[in-house]
Amino acid sequence: MAEGMSWSVTDGDKLTQAEIYGEVLSQLGDRYPDIVAITADLATSTKIGRFGKKYPERFINVGIAENSMFGLAAGLALAGLRPVVSTFAVFTALRSAEHVRTDICYQNLNVKIISTHAGISFGQAGSTHHCTEDLAVMRSFPNMTVIAPADGIETGNAVVAAMEMPGPVYIRIGRGFEPPVYKDQNYGFAIGKAITMRDGKDITLIACGVGVLHAMRAADVLDKQGLSARVINMHTIKPIDRDIILKAVQETRRIVTVEDHSIMGGLGTAVGEVIVESGKACGFKKLGVPDCFSIVGYPEDLYHHYKFDADGIVETVGELMRREIEEDEDWEDED
Amino acid sequence: MPLSQEEIKGLERKAWDIRKNIIEITFTCGGSHLGGSLSQTDVLVALYYKYLNIDPARPDWEDRDRFILSKGHGGVGWAAVLGDKGYFDKALLKNFNKTGSPFGMHLDSLKVKGCDASTGSLGHGLAIATGLAIGAKLKNKSFRTYCMMGDGELCEGTVWEAAILAGHHKLDNLTGFVDRNKLMIDGPTEQITTLEPLADKFKAFGWETLTIDGHDYAAIGGAIEQAWTIKGKPTMIICNTVKGKCVDLMENQPSWHYGGLNSDLRDQALACIDSHYKTILG
Repeated sequence: MAEGMSWSVTDGDKLTQAEIYGEVLSQLGDRYPDIVAITADLATSTKIGRFGKKYPERFINVGIAENSMFGLAAGLALAGLRPVVSTFAVFTALRSAEHVRTDICYQNLNVKIISTHAGISFGQAGSTHHCTEDLAVMRSFPNMTVIAPADGIETGNAVVAAMEMPGPVYIRIGRGFEPPVYKDQNYGFAIGKAITMRDGKDITLIACGVGVLHAMRAADVLDKQGLSARVINMHTIKPIDRDIILKAVQETRRIVTVEDHSIMGGLGTAVGEVIVESGKACGFKKLGVPDCFSIVGYPEDLYHHYKFDADGIVETVGELMRREIEEDEDWEDED
Repeated sequence: MPLSQEEIKGLERKAWDIRKNIIEITFTCGGSHLGGSLSQTDVLVALYYKYLNIDPARPDWEDRDRFILSKGHGGVGWAAVLGDKGYFDKALLKNFNKTGSPFGMHLDSLKVKGCDASTGSLGHGLAIATGLAIGAKLKNKSFRTYCMMGDGELCEGTVWEAAILAGHHKLDNLTGFVDRNKLMIDGPTEQITTLEPLADKFKAFGWETLTIDGHDYAAIGGAIEQAWTIKGKPTMIICNTVKGKCVDLMENQPSWHYGGLNSDLRDQALACIDSHYKTILG
């Protein structure tokens, strides 16, 4: 990270992604006097209210009115301000999708959207509050940058980096606490540049969000079974890091994607597009929520149920390793 | 200060040009939203030729007044005004709607100078205008935001979300207009979903409301100036208008919400407009 971009959160390893987001945004308030924080009656739940407590004159709660909230953000950006908007992912990506697309992305406005409770991280709430479609929707909008940070520490880095770039950015995070995969913030986070969490030669696990934690745990288990799994944290879904995917295809020939999102349209689909367009043979499996409305339950139970926790990943890797993959050593035709 | 008779005549003459230009562009481009472009014209002319604090040579001037055409399908009429004001070469409007043109039916703020916000999907404009008005207050800017909506789009819930918000924030730097031509694509607004009592609805949401004849320049000017004096709340000016105004065959006809013109229809429409203005201007 560039000098001067660091942030500081005490006990960062014990806080949720949203708590760290709220703290980091508050710390950015002085650096960016043009930030206006906006929410729709979810100041407490999304933690954007922490900014509001510190800068009440730059905080707007629109009430339960998401559509006008995104229009409001567009207007504030047109007035030269830097709006930061937070609500639950399901309302951003589905209820207000057209406002985000037409008011913000079409005009390429400098609006940062941090959505919480993404995927099935609010498992007990049921499908009205789950959002397994946001990556699919948001990455289809021109001008939008889409980020799914692995943990709270990466969330802090992503929020800082989003402020440094012009144009709309969508950052999606979960609801509750998950153990962090990073110990500190200084690991070279950059938007659009995936991180190799551990190297491996037999198979590559490409994950985002909480999927990175699951993939790391799975890699430990696989290691004990004698399999060397590479783990890539693809925190930026758009623009996707094409080079790191092609390298994984070339070097490991097998890829499993892991995300708290529908297997249709999100990280797995984005990775699959790169693989197919490469024309190279690669064993490939997408893990995430299948084409269904999720059952209700605790997130960790749901991740297990839909087989994208460590157990499920290990099982899928076993199946993929038994599959024959045609070798193609001619990489000279790659562009 | 009330408009003088001379000023009113000047604005009428400008509206004459703009209405004829709308017909000419429509003839060239194959089809446009004629009805609503003709009903909104007098308010746009009053704003752009008298009241907006703007400088077409500096379209990005930070302190300019903002105008949002929430009824984005009035884009052909808006483009005619912006071109005439000199935001771009009027000759470009010959390519309106054509492949690769910067001008589609709904104006794009990144392509059309003077267009303060891209609109077209109905019900979006008032929320954007609310953001601009709050933004002005946060930045201690004295510019004013104007937003014109169609009456049909008032069915959209987002309009009322924004109306609550603007009322709550007491945005006395925001003036709204409703182009109340009383027709939607499929018929009269009151037959499809009742909007009346419309002024009472905005009043209940914390707005001052003024109801005027949207083709009467003295009334339009009076309402715009009155809105400047109202403190502590936004003002909605409900402009009673005629869809297709000045073209007899289009007036009050829902079928002329959108349409194309052959040379016979163009000539008829231009003759109607000339006849209207010759009568009132002598």
